Amino acid sequence: MTALILDAVSGLLSVQDMGRPGHLARGLSRGGAMDRLALIEAAALLASPAPLPAIEMAGAGGRFRAGAPLWLALTGAPMRAALDGRPVPWNATLRLEPGAVLTIGAAEQGMLGYLTPAGGIAGPGWLGSRAAHLNIGIGAPLAAGAVLPCGPDPAPQRGPRLIRPLPRFAGGTLRLIDGPQTDLFAPEERAAFLAATFHRAPRSNRQAIALDGPRPFRAEGARQLAGGLASDVIGPGDVQMAGEGVPTVLMAECQTIGGYPRIGTILPDDLPRLAQTPPGGTVRFQHLTLAEGRAVHRSEETLLREARTRTGPLIRDPSTMPDLLAYSLISGVVRGNEAD
Amino acid sequence: MAPDARPELSPEILPHGLDGLLVRFSLSPDPRAMAAVQRLAADLSDRPPEGSVEIAPALVSCLLRFDPARTRPEALEADLLARARAALVDGAPLAPRRRWTLPTAFGGAAGPELEPIARQMGLTPDQAIAQICGTDLAVLAIGFAPGQPYLGLLPEGWNLPRLPDLVPEVPAGAVVVALRQIVIFGNPSPTGWRQVGRMAFRSFWPDRAEPMPLAPGDAIRLVPVPADRIAALEAEPDGMGGATCEAPA
Repeated sequence: MTALILDAVSGLLSVQDMGRPGHLARGLSRGGAMDRLALIEAAALLASPAPLPAIEMAGAGGRFRAGAPLWLALTGAPMRAALDGRPVPWNATLRLEPGAVLTIGAAEQGMLGYLTPAGGIAGPGWLGSRAAHLNIGIGAPLAAGAVLPCGPDPAPQRGPRLIRPLPRFAGGTLRLIDGPQTDLFAPEERAAFLAATFHRAPRSNRQAIALDGPRPFRAEGARQLAGGLASDVIGPGDVQMAGEGVPTVLMAECQTIGGYPRIGTILPDDLPRLAQTPPGGTVRFQHLTLAEGRAVHRSEETLLREARTRTGPLIRDPSTMPDLLAYSLISGVVRGNEAD
Repeated sequence: MAPDARPELSPEILPHGLDGLLVRFSLSPDPRAMAAVQRLAADLSDRPPEGSVEIAPALVSCLLRFDPARTRPEALEADLLARARAALVDGAPLAPRRRWTLPTAFGGAAGPELEPIARQMGLTPDQAIAQICGTDLAVLAIGFAPGQPYLGLLPEGWNLPRLPDLVPEVPAGAVVVALRQIVIFGNPSPTGWRQVGRMAFRSFWPDRAEPMPLAPGDAIRLVPVPADRIAALEAEPDGMGGATCEAPA
Protein backbone atom coordinates (compact mmCIF):
# COMPACT_ATOMS: atom_id res chain seq x y z
CA MET A 1 0.00 0.00 0.00
CA THR A 2 1.40 3.39 -0.93
CA ALA A 3 1.13 6.50 1.20
CA LEU A 4 0.80 10.22 0.75
CA ILE A 5 3.27 12.14 2.88
CA LEU A 6 2.38 15.61 4.04
CA ASP A 7 5.58 17.64 4.47
CA ALA A 8 3.96 21.02 5.06
CA VAL A 9 0.46 22.37 5.59
CA SER A 10 -0.67 25.84 4.57
CA GLY A 11 -4.50 25.60 4.78
CA LEU A 12 -7.00 23.74 6.95
CA LEU A 13 -6.70 20.17 5.70
CA SER A 14 -8.86 17.19 6.67
CA VAL A 15 -9.82 13.81 5.24
CA GLN A 16 -13.37 13.91 3.84
CA ASP A 17 -15.68 11.59 1.95
CA MET A 18 -19.44 11.61 1.39
CA GLY A 19 -20.03 11.37 5.15
CA ARG A 20 -22.03 9.00 7.35
CA PRO A 21 -25.77 9.35 6.76
CA GLY A 22 -28.45 7.61 8.81
CA HIS A 23 -27.68 8.76 12.37
CA LEU A 24 -29.95 11.80 12.72
CA ALA A 25 -32.05 10.12 15.42
CA ARG A 26 -28.88 9.72 17.50
CA GLY A 27 -27.88 13.34 17.06
CA LEU A 28 -25.15 12.89 14.44
CA SER A 29 -25.28 14.82 11.18
CA ARG A 30 -23.92 13.35 7.95
CA GLY A 31 -20.76 15.46 7.76
CA GLY A 32 -18.41 14.80 4.84
CA ALA A 33 -17.06 17.08 2.11
CA MET A 34 -18.31 20.68 2.03
CA ASP A 35 -18.19 20.61 -1.82
CA ARG A 36 -19.56 17.14 -2.59
CA LEU A 37 -19.42 17.92 -6.30
CA ALA A 38 -15.63 18.13 -6.09
CA LEU A 39 -15.50 14.51 -4.90
CA ILE A 40 -17.93 13.53 -7.68
CA GLU A 41 -15.75 15.28 -10.28
CA ALA A 42 -12.68 13.53 -8.84
CA ALA A 43 -14.48 10.17 -9.15
CA ALA A 44 -15.29 10.99 -12.78
CA LEU A 45 -11.65 11.88 -13.51
CA LEU A 46 -10.38 8.71 -11.84
CA ALA A 47 -13.08 6.49 -13.43
CA SER A 48 -14.14 5.44 -9.95
CA PRO A 49 -17.67 4.02 -9.61
CA ALA A 50 -18.21 6.17 -6.49
CA PRO A 51 -16.63 9.16 -4.73
CA LEU A 52 -13.45 8.34 -2.76
CA PRO A 53 -12.05 9.61 0.55
CA ALA A 54 -9.96 12.68 -0.25
CA ILE A 55 -8.11 15.55 1.38
CA GLU A 56 -10.21 18.69 1.68
CA MET A 57 -8.01 21.79 1.63
CA ALA A 58 -9.60 25.01 2.89
CA GLY A 59 -7.89 28.19 1.70
CA ALA A 60 -4.62 26.58 0.63
CA GLY A 61 -2.96 23.18 0.38
CA GLY A 62 0.51 22.13 1.40
CA ARG A 63 3.48 20.09 0.24
CA PHE A 64 2.99 16.42 -0.65
CA ARG A 65 5.14 13.43 -1.57
CA ALA A 66 4.26 9.83 -2.41
CA GLY A 67 5.91 6.64 -1.14
CA ALA A 68 5.31 4.89 -4.49
CA PRO A 69 3.93 6.03 -7.89
CA LEU A 70 0.51 7.50 -7.18
CA TRP A 71 -2.23 8.79 -9.46
CA LEU A 72 -4.39 11.48 -7.93
CA ALA A 73 -7.03 14.01 -8.94
CA LEU A 74 -7.09 17.72 -8.12
CA THR A 75 -10.62 19.19 -8.08
CA GLY A 76 -12.69 21.89 -6.40
CA ALA A 77 -11.39 25.43 -6.01
CA PRO A 78 -8.49 25.93 -8.45
CA MET A 79 -5.30 26.24 -6.44
CA ARG A 80 -1.83 27.04 -7.71
CA ALA A 81 -0.22 23.62 -8.03
CA ALA A 82 3.30 22.73 -9.08
CA LEU A 83 5.20 19.49 -9.47
CA ASP A 84 8.88 20.01 -8.66
CA GLY A 85 8.34 23.70 -9.36
CA ARG A 86 6.56 23.31 -12.73
CA PRO A 87 2.88 24.34 -12.86
CA VAL A 88 0.42 21.48 -13.28
CA PRO A 89 -3.22 21.79 -14.31
CA TRP A 90 -6.06 21.78 -11.81
CA ASN A 91 -9.25 19.80 -12.53
CA ALA A 92 -6.99 17.04 -13.77
CA THR A 93 -5.30 13.83 -12.78
CA LEU A 94 -1.62 13.74 -12.01
CA ARG A 95 0.96 11.01 -11.46
CA LEU A 96 3.12 11.68 -8.44
CA GLU A 97 6.41 9.78 -8.56
CA PRO A 98 8.39 8.90 -5.44
CA GLY A 99 10.82 11.70 -4.74
CA ALA A 100 8.76 14.31 -6.60
CA VAL A 101 7.25 17.16 -4.61
CA LEU A 102 3.71 18.42 -5.25
CA THR A 103 3.14 21.92 -3.93
CA ILE A 104 -0.41 23.24 -3.64
CA GLY A 105 -0.68 26.92 -2.84
CA ALA A 106 -3.56 29.27 -2.17
CA ALA A 107 -6.93 29.08 -3.91
CA GLU A 108 -7.05 31.36 -6.93
CA GLN A 109 -10.83 31.25 -6.92
CA GLY A 110 -13.22 29.62 -4.48
CA MET A 111 -12.30 28.21 -1.09
CA LEU A 112 -11.92 24.44 -1.04
CA GLY A 113 -9.59 22.30 -3.12
CA TYR A 114 -9.60 18.49 -3.06
CA LEU A 115 -6.77 16.01 -3.55
CA THR A 116 -8.08 12.51 -4.25
CA PRO A 117 -5.71 9.53 -4.60
CA ALA A 118 -6.93 7.02 -7.23
CA GLY A 119 -7.50 4.42 -4.50
CA GLY A 120 -8.83 6.93 -1.99
CA ILE A 121 -7.37 7.72 1.41
CA ALA A 122 -7.41 4.42 3.30
CA GLY A 123 -7.23 3.77 7.02
CA PRO A 124 -9.73 3.08 9.76
CA GLY A 125 -13.13 4.71 9.46
CA TRP A 126 -15.72 5.48 12.08
CA LEU A 127 -19.37 4.47 11.59
CA GLY A 128 -18.61 3.53 8.00
CA SER A 129 -16.90 6.74 6.92
CA ARG A 130 -13.36 8.08 6.79
CA ALA A 131 -14.55 11.71 7.13
CA ALA A 132 -13.19 13.90 9.90
CA HIS A 133 -16.06 15.52 11.83
CA LEU A 134 -14.06 18.32 13.40
CA ASN A 135 -16.93 19.80 15.40
CA ILE A 136 -17.31 16.68 17.55
CA GLY A 137 -13.68 15.60 17.69
CA ILE A 138 -13.83 12.76 15.15
CA GLY A 139 -10.53 12.94 13.29
CA ALA A 140 -8.51 16.13 13.35
CA PRO A 141 -7.03 18.71 10.98
CA LEU A 142 -4.01 17.21 9.22
CA ALA A 143 -0.63 18.38 10.43
CA ALA A 144 2.80 18.42 8.77
CA GLY A 145 4.39 15.00 9.03
CA ALA A 146 1.14 13.12 8.48
CA VAL A 147 1.47 9.90 6.49
CA LEU A 148 -1.83 8.96 4.87
CA PRO A 149 -2.20 5.41 3.57
CA CYS A 150 -3.81 5.23 0.12
CA GLY A 151 -5.94 2.40 -1.22
CA PRO A 152 -4.70 0.38 -4.24
CA ASP A 153 -5.21 2.02 -7.63
CA PRO A 154 -7.60 -0.21 -9.61
CA ALA A 155 -6.11 1.07 -12.90
CA PRO A 156 -2.46 2.09 -12.41
CA GLN A 157 -1.91 2.15 -16.21
CA ARG A 158 -4.28 5.09 -16.60
CA GLY A 159 -3.33 8.25 -18.51
CA PRO A 160 -3.77 11.90 -17.56
CA ARG A 161 -7.30 13.35 -17.84
CA LEU A 162 -8.98 16.70 -17.46
CA ILE A 163 -12.51 17.68 -16.46
CA ARG A 164 -14.47 20.82 -17.22
CA PRO A 165 -15.89 21.60 -13.76
CA LEU A 166 -19.37 22.97 -13.11
CA PRO A 167 -18.82 26.70 -12.38
CA ARG A 168 -19.30 27.48 -8.67
CA PHE A 169 -16.25 29.36 -7.43
CA ALA A 170 -17.29 33.01 -7.34
CA GLY A 171 -20.66 33.25 -5.55
CA GLY A 172 -23.89 33.68 -7.47
CA THR A 173 -27.46 32.53 -7.13
CA LEU A 174 -28.60 29.99 -4.56
CA ARG A 175 -31.95 28.34 -5.21
CA LEU A 176 -34.17 28.22 -2.13
CA ILE A 177 -37.25 26.12 -1.37
CA ASP A 178 -39.67 26.63 1.50
CA GLY A 179 -39.10 24.67 4.68
CA PRO A 180 -41.38 23.77 7.59
CA GLN A 181 -40.88 27.17 9.25
CA THR A 182 -41.03 29.49 6.23
CA ASP A 183 -44.55 30.61 7.23
CA LEU A 184 -43.17 32.02 10.50
CA PHE A 185 -41.76 34.86 8.36
CA ALA A 186 -44.21 37.53 7.12
CA PRO A 187 -44.59 37.68 3.31
CA GLU A 188 -42.91 41.11 3.15
CA GLU A 189 -39.97 39.76 5.21
CA ARG A 190 -39.57 36.85 2.79
CA ALA A 191 -39.77 39.22 -0.18
CA ALA A 192 -37.10 41.47 1.34
CA PHE A 193 -34.88 38.43 1.93
CA LEU A 194 -35.22 37.31 -1.68
CA ALA A 195 -34.51 40.85 -2.94
CA ALA A 196 -31.38 41.26 -0.81
CA THR A 197 -27.74 40.78 -1.75
CA PHE A 198 -25.53 39.01 0.79
CA HIS A 199 -21.83 38.64 1.35
CA ARG A 200 -20.27 35.56 2.86
CA ALA A 201 -19.15 36.55 6.35
CA PRO A 202 -15.66 35.62 7.52
CA ARG A 203 -17.13 33.79 10.54
CA SER A 204 -17.89 30.41 9.07
CA ASN A 205 -16.66 26.85 9.37
CA ARG A 206 -17.68 23.30 8.45
CA GLN A 207 -20.75 23.69 10.69
CA ALA A 208 -22.31 26.86 9.27
CA ILE A 209 -21.72 29.85 7.00
CA ALA A 210 -22.96 33.26 8.13
CA LEU A 211 -24.12 35.84 5.57
CA ASP A 212 -23.84 39.62 5.94
CA GLY A 213 -26.91 41.34 4.55
CA PRO A 214 -28.59 44.73 4.47
CA ARG A 215 -30.55 44.22 7.68
CA PRO A 216 -31.76 41.55 10.16
CA PHE A 217 -34.60 39.25 9.14
CA ARG A 218 -37.13 38.41 11.85
CA ALA A 219 -39.61 35.57 12.22
CA GLU A 220 -42.56 37.48 13.63
CA GLY A 221 -44.58 34.27 13.82
CA ALA A 222 -42.01 32.74 16.19
CA ARG A 223 -41.98 35.78 18.45
CA GLN A 224 -45.76 35.60 18.82
CA LEU A 225 -45.75 32.01 20.11
CA ALA A 226 -46.75 32.11 23.79
CA GLY A 227 -44.83 28.93 24.58
CA GLY A 228 -41.80 29.84 22.46
CA LEU A 229 -40.54 28.01 19.39
CA ALA A 230 -39.65 24.37 20.03
CA SER A 231 -36.40 23.00 18.65
CA ASP A 232 -36.87 21.16 15.38
CA VAL A 233 -34.94 18.80 13.10
CA ILE A 234 -32.44 20.80 11.01
CA GLY A 235 -30.12 19.90 8.18
CA PRO A 236 -27.52 21.13 5.67
CA GLY A 237 -28.84 23.93 3.47
CA ASP A 238 -31.30 25.26 6.05
CA VAL A 239 -31.10 29.05 6.31
CA GLN A 240 -31.68 29.89 9.95
CA MET A 241 -31.89 33.33 11.50
CA ALA A 242 -29.54 33.37 14.48
CA GLY A 243 -30.35 35.45 17.55
CA GLU A 244 -29.95 38.86 15.91
CA GLY A 245 -31.69 37.87 12.66
CA VAL A 246 -28.45 37.08 10.80
CA PRO A 247 -28.92 34.45 8.06
CA THR A 248 -26.75 31.44 8.82
CA VAL A 249 -26.65 28.50 6.42
CA LEU A 250 -26.19 25.11 8.04
CA MET A 251 -23.44 23.05 6.42
CA ALA A 252 -21.94 19.54 6.58
CA GLU A 253 -21.20 19.39 10.31
CA CYS A 254 -24.35 21.12 11.55
CA GLN A 255 -26.22 19.94 14.62
CA THR A 256 -29.32 17.80 14.07
CA ILE A 257 -31.78 19.77 16.20
CA GLY A 258 -31.93 23.54 16.49
CA GLY A 259 -34.13 26.27 17.85
CA TYR A 260 -33.62 29.23 15.50
CA PRO A 261 -36.35 29.90 12.91
CA ARG A 262 -35.49 28.85 9.34
CA ILE A 263 -36.69 30.82 6.33
CA GLY A 264 -36.05 28.03 3.82
CA THR A 265 -33.59 25.47 2.49
CA ILE A 266 -30.99 25.82 -0.26
CA LEU A 267 -31.18 23.06 -2.88
CA PRO A 268 -28.40 20.51 -2.25
CA ASP A 269 -27.34 21.17 -5.87
CA ASP A 270 -26.29 24.71 -4.88
CA LEU A 271 -24.50 24.03 -1.57
CA PRO A 272 -21.14 23.47 -3.32
CA ARG A 273 -21.47 26.99 -4.75
CA LEU A 274 -22.01 28.47 -1.29
CA ALA A 275 -19.20 26.39 0.23
CA GLN A 276 -16.87 27.70 -2.47
CA THR A 277 -17.87 31.37 -2.15
CA PRO A 278 -14.92 33.16 -0.54
CA PRO A 279 -15.40 35.60 2.37
CA GLY A 280 -16.87 38.80 0.98
CA GLY A 281 -18.20 36.99 -2.11
CA THR A 282 -21.73 37.85 -3.20
CA VAL A 283 -24.72 35.53 -3.10
CA ARG A 284 -28.42 36.05 -3.75
CA PHE A 285 -31.39 33.76 -3.36
CA GLN A 286 -33.90 32.61 -5.97
CA HIS A 287 -37.14 31.08 -4.72
CA LEU A 288 -38.33 27.82 -6.27
CA THR A 289 -41.50 25.96 -5.46
CA LEU A 290 -40.99 22.47 -4.10
CA ALA A 291 -42.17 21.04 -7.45
CA GLU A 292 -39.66 23.22 -9.32
CA GLY A 293 -36.93 22.18 -6.88
CA ARG A 294 -37.67 18.51 -7.39
CA ALA A 295 -37.73 19.01 -11.16
CA VAL A 296 -34.31 20.69 -11.39
CA HIS A 297 -32.59 18.60 -8.70
CA ARG A 298 -30.01 16.08 -9.87
CA SER A 299 -29.13 13.15 -7.65
CA GLU A 300 -25.48 12.49 -6.90
CA GLU A 301 -25.63 9.37 -9.10
CA THR A 302 -26.87 11.53 -11.99
CA LEU A 303 -24.20 14.14 -11.27
CA LEU A 304 -21.49 11.48 -11.47
CA ARG A 305 -22.81 10.13 -14.78
CA GLU A 306 -22.96 13.67 -16.13
CA ALA A 307 -19.49 14.55 -14.79
CA ARG A 308 -17.98 11.62 -16.72
CA THR A 309 -19.15 13.28 -19.95
CA ARG A 310 -17.14 16.40 -19.04
CA THR A 311 -13.83 14.54 -18.83
CA GLY A 312 -11.32 13.96 -21.59
CA PRO A 313 -7.72 12.90 -22.03
CA LEU A 314 -4.95 15.41 -21.45
CA ILE A 315 -3.28 15.39 -24.85
CA ARG A 316 -0.14 17.41 -24.15
CA ASP A 317 2.47 16.76 -21.53
CA PRO A 318 2.10 19.65 -19.12
CA SER A 319 5.80 19.50 -18.21
CA THR A 320 6.64 20.77 -21.70
CA MET A 321 4.23 23.72 -21.46
CA PRO A 322 5.83 26.68 -19.73
CA ASP A 323 2.66 28.79 -19.55
CA LEU A 324 0.30 25.95 -18.89
CA LEU A 325 -2.49 27.92 -17.27
CA ALA A 326 -3.07 29.90 -20.47
CA TYR A 327 -3.80 26.79 -22.52
CA SER A 328 -7.03 25.18 -23.44
CA LEU A 329 -5.82 21.67 -22.96
CA ILE A 330 -8.38 19.63 -24.80
CA SER A 331 -11.11 20.55 -27.19
CA GLY A 332 -14.08 21.87 -25.25
CA VAL A 333 -12.30 21.59 -21.95
CA VAL A 334 -11.09 24.80 -20.42
CA ARG A 335 -10.10 25.63 -16.88
CA GLY A 336 -13.77 25.90 -16.11
CA ASN A 337 -14.00 29.09 -14.13
CA GLU A 338 -13.91 31.53 -17.03
CA ALA A 339 -17.68 31.84 -17.19
CA ASP A 340 -18.26 32.38 -13.47
CA MET B 1 -58.70 14.13 34.49
CA ALA B 2 -60.02 17.68 34.03
CA PRO B 3 -60.93 18.62 30.47
CA ASP B 4 -58.06 20.33 28.72
CA ALA B 5 -58.73 23.99 28.01
CA ARG B 6 -55.95 24.25 25.44
CA PRO B 7 -56.89 24.15 21.77
CA GLU B 8 -56.88 20.80 20.07
CA LEU B 9 -53.66 19.93 18.27
CA SER B 10 -53.80 19.44 14.55
CA PRO B 11 -50.82 17.68 12.98
CA GLU B 12 -49.28 19.13 9.82
CA ILE B 13 -47.20 17.34 7.18
CA LEU B 14 -44.56 19.75 5.86
CA PRO B 15 -41.77 19.44 3.29
CA HIS B 16 -38.28 19.19 4.80
CA GLY B 17 -35.81 19.46 1.95
CA LEU B 18 -36.32 17.47 -1.23
CA ASP B 19 -36.34 14.07 0.45
CA GLY B 20 -37.98 14.68 3.81
CA LEU B 21 -41.41 15.15 5.30
CA LEU B 22 -41.85 16.63 8.76
CA VAL B 23 -44.83 15.70 10.92
CA ARG B 24 -45.36 18.61 13.29
CA PHE B 25 -47.86 18.49 16.13
CA SER B 26 -47.19 21.94 17.53
CA LEU B 27 -44.78 24.83 17.10
CA SER B 28 -44.28 25.18 20.86
CA PRO B 29 -43.12 22.57 23.38
CA ASP B 30 -46.60 21.28 24.26
CA PRO B 31 -46.55 18.07 26.41
CA ARG B 32 -49.38 16.51 24.36
CA ALA B 33 -47.34 17.05 21.19
CA MET B 34 -44.27 15.49 22.83
CA ALA B 35 -46.30 12.40 23.77
CA ALA B 36 -47.71 12.17 20.24
CA VAL B 37 -44.22 12.35 18.71
CA GLN B 38 -43.15 9.46 20.95
CA ARG B 39 -46.06 7.33 19.75
CA LEU B 40 -45.60 8.32 16.11
CA ALA B 41 -41.85 7.62 16.15
CA ALA B 42 -42.46 4.19 17.72
CA ASP B 43 -45.13 3.42 15.11
CA LEU B 44 -42.88 4.52 12.23
CA SER B 45 -40.00 2.42 13.57
CA ASP B 46 -42.22 -0.63 14.00
CA ARG B 47 -43.90 -0.31 10.61
CA PRO B 48 -41.69 1.86 8.35
CA PRO B 49 -43.56 3.21 5.32
CA GLU B 50 -42.42 1.91 1.93
CA GLY B 51 -39.40 3.91 0.77
CA SER B 52 -38.55 5.43 4.15
CA VAL B 53 -34.83 5.88 4.76
CA GLU B 54 -34.59 7.52 8.17
CA ILE B 55 -36.84 8.49 11.08
CA ALA B 56 -35.67 11.25 13.43
CA PRO B 57 -37.89 12.67 16.17
CA ALA B 58 -37.43 16.12 17.72
CA LEU B 59 -39.52 17.33 20.68
CA VAL B 60 -42.80 18.17 18.91
CA SER B 61 -42.04 17.06 15.36
CA CYS B 62 -40.71 13.99 13.62
CA LEU B 63 -38.77 13.84 10.36
CA LEU B 64 -39.15 11.04 7.88
CA ARG B 65 -36.57 10.94 5.10
CA PHE B 66 -37.49 8.94 2.02
CA ASP B 67 -35.89 7.65 -1.16
CA PRO B 68 -37.52 9.59 -4.01
CA ALA B 69 -36.74 6.69 -6.34
CA ARG B 70 -38.81 4.30 -4.22
CA THR B 71 -41.84 6.32 -3.18
CA ARG B 72 -43.98 9.32 -4.08
CA PRO B 73 -44.20 12.01 -1.38
CA GLU B 74 -47.94 12.42 -2.03
CA ALA B 75 -48.57 8.82 -1.00
CA LEU B 76 -46.38 9.20 2.07
CA GLU B 77 -48.16 12.39 3.14
CA ALA B 78 -51.53 10.68 3.38
CA ASP B 79 -50.06 7.76 5.32
CA LEU B 80 -48.21 10.10 7.71
CA LEU B 81 -51.28 12.22 8.36
CA ALA B 82 -53.36 9.18 9.27
CA ARG B 83 -50.62 7.88 11.58
CA ALA B 84 -50.13 11.33 13.15
CA ARG B 85 -53.86 11.64 13.93
CA ALA B 86 -53.85 8.18 15.50
CA ALA B 87 -50.76 9.06 17.57
CA LEU B 88 -52.54 12.13 18.90
CA VAL B 89 -55.70 10.37 20.11
CA ASP B 90 -54.08 7.15 21.26
CA GLY B 91 -53.56 7.64 25.00
CA ALA B 92 -52.19 4.16 25.63
CA PRO B 93 -48.78 4.20 27.34
CA LEU B 94 -45.85 3.16 25.20
CA ALA B 95 -44.04 -0.07 25.79
CA PRO B 96 -40.40 1.01 25.54
CA ARG B 97 -37.98 -1.36 23.88
CA ARG B 98 -35.24 -0.70 26.41
CA ARG B 99 -35.10 0.50 30.02
CA TRP B 100 -31.96 2.24 31.23
CA THR B 101 -30.92 2.88 34.83
CA LEU B 102 -28.35 5.66 35.20
CA PRO B 103 -26.56 6.19 38.56
CA THR B 104 -26.54 9.89 39.45
CA ALA B 105 -25.10 11.98 42.27
CA PHE B 106 -27.39 14.85 43.31
CA GLY B 107 -26.76 18.12 45.13
CA GLY B 108 -23.54 19.52 46.58
CA ALA B 109 -20.74 20.08 44.08
CA ALA B 110 -22.38 17.53 41.76
CA GLY B 111 -25.60 19.56 41.61
CA PRO B 112 -25.26 23.09 42.94
CA GLU B 113 -28.78 24.11 41.83
CA LEU B 114 -30.60 21.27 43.59
CA GLU B 115 -31.08 23.08 46.90
CA PRO B 116 -32.25 26.42 45.50
CA ILE B 117 -34.69 24.62 43.18
CA ALA B 118 -36.03 22.45 46.02
CA ARG B 119 -36.49 25.53 48.22
CA GLN B 120 -38.28 27.32 45.39
CA MET B 121 -40.63 24.32 45.04
CA GLY B 122 -41.21 24.04 48.81
CA LEU B 123 -39.49 20.65 48.98
CA THR B 124 -36.52 19.27 50.89
CA PRO B 125 -33.56 18.31 48.64
CA ASP B 126 -34.35 14.65 49.34
CA GLN B 127 -37.96 15.15 48.24
CA ALA B 128 -36.77 16.84 45.05
CA ILE B 129 -34.41 13.92 44.34
CA ALA B 130 -37.25 11.48 45.03
CA GLN B 131 -39.43 13.28 42.45
CA ILE B 132 -36.73 13.10 39.78
CA CYS B 133 -35.84 9.48 40.50
CA GLY B 134 -39.50 8.46 40.87
CA THR B 135 -40.36 9.67 37.36
CA ASP B 136 -40.44 7.28 34.43
CA LEU B 137 -38.52 9.37 31.92
CA ALA B 138 -38.24 8.79 28.19
CA VAL B 139 -35.62 9.88 25.67
CA LEU B 140 -37.74 12.51 23.89
CA ALA B 141 -35.11 13.41 21.33
CA ILE B 142 -31.36 13.37 20.83
CA GLY B 143 -29.64 16.49 19.65
CA PHE B 144 -27.36 19.44 20.37
CA ALA B 145 -24.49 16.91 20.31
CA PRO B 146 -24.26 13.27 19.21
CA GLY B 147 -26.01 10.95 21.63
CA GLN B 148 -27.05 13.73 23.98
CA PRO B 149 -30.59 13.09 25.25
CA TYR B 150 -33.48 15.32 26.13
CA LEU B 151 -35.37 13.39 28.83
CA GLY B 152 -38.90 14.04 30.03
CA LEU B 153 -41.22 14.86 31.32
CA LEU B 154 -40.77 15.70 35.01
CA PRO B 155 -43.85 16.61 37.11
CA GLU B 156 -45.50 20.04 36.51
CA GLY B 157 -43.58 21.68 39.37
CA TRP B 158 -40.39 21.25 37.34
CA ASN B 159 -41.54 23.62 34.60
CA LEU B 160 -38.56 25.83 35.43
CA PRO B 161 -37.55 28.63 33.05
CA ARG B 162 -34.09 28.77 31.54
CA LEU B 163 -31.65 30.98 33.47
CA PRO B 164 -31.46 34.59 32.25
CA ASP B 165 -27.68 34.24 31.92
CA LEU B 166 -25.66 31.32 30.62
CA VAL B 167 -23.59 29.33 33.09
CA PRO B 168 -20.17 29.47 31.35
CA GLU B 169 -19.46 25.78 31.86
CA VAL B 170 -20.91 22.67 33.43
CA PRO B 171 -18.78 19.50 33.40
CA ALA B 172 -19.21 16.39 31.28
CA GLY B 173 -21.94 14.25 32.82
CA ALA B 174 -23.80 17.26 34.23
CA VAL B 175 -27.53 16.59 34.77
CA VAL B 176 -29.38 19.83 34.10
CA VAL B 177 -33.08 20.68 34.28
CA ALA B 178 -35.50 23.20 32.75
CA LEU B 179 -38.96 23.10 31.14
CA ARG B 180 -39.82 19.72 32.80
CA GLN B 181 -36.90 18.18 30.91
CA ILE B 182 -33.49 16.83 31.80
CA VAL B 183 -30.41 17.06 29.61
CA ILE B 184 -27.27 15.02 30.30
CA PHE B 185 -24.24 16.80 28.89
CA GLY B 186 -21.70 14.62 27.12
CA ASN B 187 -18.96 17.26 27.22
CA PRO B 188 -18.17 20.38 29.24
CA SER B 189 -20.69 22.94 27.95
CA PRO B 190 -22.18 26.33 28.62
CA THR B 191 -25.87 26.12 29.53
CA GLY B 192 -28.89 28.14 30.48
CA TRP B 193 -30.31 25.13 32.34
CA ARG B 194 -29.74 24.37 36.04
CA GLN B 195 -27.39 21.63 37.24
CA VAL B 196 -28.94 19.35 39.86
CA GLY B 197 -26.62 16.34 39.54
CA ARG B 198 -23.83 14.59 37.71
CA MET B 199 -23.33 11.09 36.31
CA ALA B 200 -20.40 9.08 34.98
CA PHE B 201 -22.40 7.90 31.95
CA ARG B 202 -21.20 9.51 28.71
CA SER B 203 -23.86 9.68 26.01
CA PHE B 204 -21.17 9.99 23.29
CA TRP B 205 -18.01 7.87 23.41
CA PRO B 206 -16.55 7.43 19.90
CA ASP B 207 -14.40 4.38 20.68
CA ARG B 208 -17.18 2.33 22.25
CA ALA B 209 -18.94 -0.40 20.23
CA GLU B 210 -22.07 1.73 20.65
CA PRO B 211 -20.80 5.32 20.48
CA MET B 212 -24.30 6.74 21.01
CA PRO B 213 -26.16 4.10 23.05
CA LEU B 214 -29.38 5.97 23.83
CA ALA B 215 -32.18 6.03 21.25
CA PRO B 216 -35.38 8.06 21.12
CA GLY B 217 -38.14 6.22 23.00
CA ASP B 218 -35.80 4.48 25.45
CA ALA B 219 -37.12 4.51 29.04
CA ILE B 220 -34.83 6.06 31.65
CA ARG B 221 -34.68 6.00 35.45
CA LEU B 222 -32.08 7.94 37.40
CA VAL B 223 -30.96 6.30 40.67
CA PRO B 224 -29.27 8.31 43.41
CA VAL B 225 -25.73 7.29 44.42
CA PRO B 226 -23.08 9.07 46.51
CA ALA B 227 -20.70 11.41 44.73
CA ASP B 228 -17.68 9.17 45.42
CA ARG B 229 -19.46 6.33 43.58
CA ILE B 230 -19.59 8.55 40.45
CA ALA B 231 -15.86 9.24 40.78
CA ALA B 232 -15.21 5.48 40.91
CA LEU B 233 -17.47 4.82 37.91
CA GLU B 234 -15.67 7.53 35.92
CA ALA B 235 -12.49 5.49 36.23
CA GLU B 236 -14.05 2.66 34.20
CA PRO B 237 -12.77 2.63 30.60
CA ASP B 238 -16.08 2.41 28.72
CA GLY B 239 -17.80 5.65 29.69
CA MET B 240 -20.95 3.71 30.60
CA GLY B 241 -20.90 5.05 34.14
CA GLY B 242 -22.56 2.00 35.67
CA ALA B 243 -25.55 2.29 33.36
CA THR B 244 -27.66 -0.86 33.06
CA CYS B 245 -29.93 -1.60 30.12
CA GLU B 246 -32.77 -4.04 30.16
CA ALA B 247 -34.45 -5.09 26.93
CA PRO B 248 -37.78 -6.83 27.49
CA ALA B 249 -37.89 -10.36 26.09
